[in-house]
Amino acid sequence: MTQGQWVRRVVRPAAVVAALVPAVLLLRAVVTDNLGANPVEEITHRTGFAAITLLMITLAVTPAGRLLRFGALVQLRRMLGLFAFFYASLHFATYALDQTYLSGLGVSPSAIAEDIAKRPYVTVGFTTFLLLVPLAVTSTRGWVKRLGGKRWQRLHRLVYVAGAGAVLHFLWLVKADVRQPVIYGVVLVVLLGYRLVGARLGSRRAAPRARRSASEPTGARG
Amino acid sequence: MLIKRPNDIRSSEITDEAVYWNRRRFISAVTAAGAAVAAGAVIPFWGSTDPHAGWQRRDDELTPFEDVTSYNNFYEFGTGKGDPAKHAHMLRPRPWTVTVEGEAHKPRTFDIDDMWKRFPPQERIYRLRCVEAWSMVIPWVGFPLRDLLSVVEPTSSAKYVEFTTLHDPEQMPGQRRRILPWPYVEGLRMDEAMHPLTILALGLYGRALPNQNGAPVRLVVPWKYGFKSIKSIVRIRLVRTQPQATWNVWAPHEYGFYANVNPEVDHPRWSQARERRIGELFKRPTLMFNGYGDQVASLYAGMDLRRQY
Repeated sequence: MTQGQWVRRVVRPAAVVAALVPAVLLLRAVVTDNLGANPVEEITHRTGFAAITLLMITLAVTPAGRLLRFGALVQLRRMLGLFAFFYASLHFATYALDQTYLSGLGVSPSAIAEDIAKRPYVTVGFTTFLLLVPLAVTSTRGWVKRLGGKRWQRLHRLVYVAGAGAVLHFLWLVKADVRQPVIYGVVLVVLLGYRLVGARLGSRRAAPRARRSASEPTGARG
Repeated sequence: MLIKRPNDIRSSEITDEAVYWNRRRFISAVTAAGAAVAAGAVIPFWGSTDPHAGWQRRDDELTPFEDVTSYNNFYEFGTGKGDPAKHAHMLRPRPWTVTVEGEAHKPRTFDIDDMWKRFPPQERIYRLRCVEAWSMVIPWVGFPLRDLLSVVEPTSSAKYVEFTTLHDPEQMPGQRRRILPWPYVEGLRMDEAMHPLTILALGLYGRALPNQNGAPVRLVVPWKYGFKSIKSIVRIRLVRTQPQATWNVWAPHEYGFYANVNPEVDHPRWSQARERRIGELFKRPTLMFNGYGDQVASLYAGMDLRRQY
């Protein structure tokens, strides 16, 4: 099998299943009433965790493809990114519901807007979610063509800003134990560092074109 | 009086509310009688059987035992809500002593079992409001802190009471990492400590405190955020100056020394106007002083509660 076939037949189905695990576990916990004493908080935490984790995994796809010399992995990137967006949407929806309907305020966009404006960690979280929207929308092949590879790529570098936003959001909401957000922060710095160093080495070798095209969703190498 | 409750509580775990009401009336009667003899006056909110008279409202159903004992903030056993229930078995609540010292004429150390005998436990059903905007209703078993303090006879220079939790990373694995400066310390002003609502709890739901709830003895101050109600106490000190309370020292702009429940003063990162009662989906408005204003508001007369939060 070629790398591309491996990805399509084995890696991608496995990744879909893995990315659905948090959703399936959450659904099971909801159905069996196993969300603990504070279900809304539990749903918020679980969806948030899934979102930031999948965001980091999405960011790791390109470096992993290079390190493992398995360029076809890049074909998973869009799907994983969309899963991150999916969980982020559930996360935001839970928060929005909690702020309005569950607070006895009915449909009240102003209550959400007020909270977003007032609480820095919410401001950052919401901004991060907003950043993911254009990335999700323009994730199709059609949009790559419409924008042109270069412009599309520049736009999608926003994903690193979103990653930093997600880490900051996490860091600012914990009360005292910063271990988990710091771990995500370190992962983000390593991934971003890898890309930056890679880009610099690439330009020094005067072969940026080749590198760029390797990260386009094509690279099926034997 | 029967109140419908969710059927996910095992009946073996709870006492029917009717029984609690009866006990409460009994306790009220005894306490009122005792207080009348001791102080020459009946403390009004204990003497009353009107459920709206302060300490319990009609919509305050007991939080199920399982939730009370599985959803805890007790960082000595980990920062997750489920960590205390998971790790608290490492705590050895016997033998245990509580040293009461400092500005006292008769400082002494109490053995926990003597404490049970010396200070007859009463049942007190209190709302507990966490600073994280969730709340519970818990039937504590305990006795007024002032009964203990009066035994050691505070001197006139005793202005505050400082409480300290056990510091032993062997028994409290959360203390192996310096998430907070251990040991956990809390404090009350003398008048707060002497207030009849302030109790030392030895149990809940009619049994000894489960380890994750602060065995073998903890403080309960129902009109303050939960973090004031320090757990697994080994030392009580009567002091002249305001104690260095752990959260207050850790993040003074977020956690005040007083930490009175106040829906009008938000935590810098979240609103305190509403709370989620554990077991309920919809949030409810948070009450000033957690609904104990009639009893405690006078303690803070003349204070700017926005600044002294």
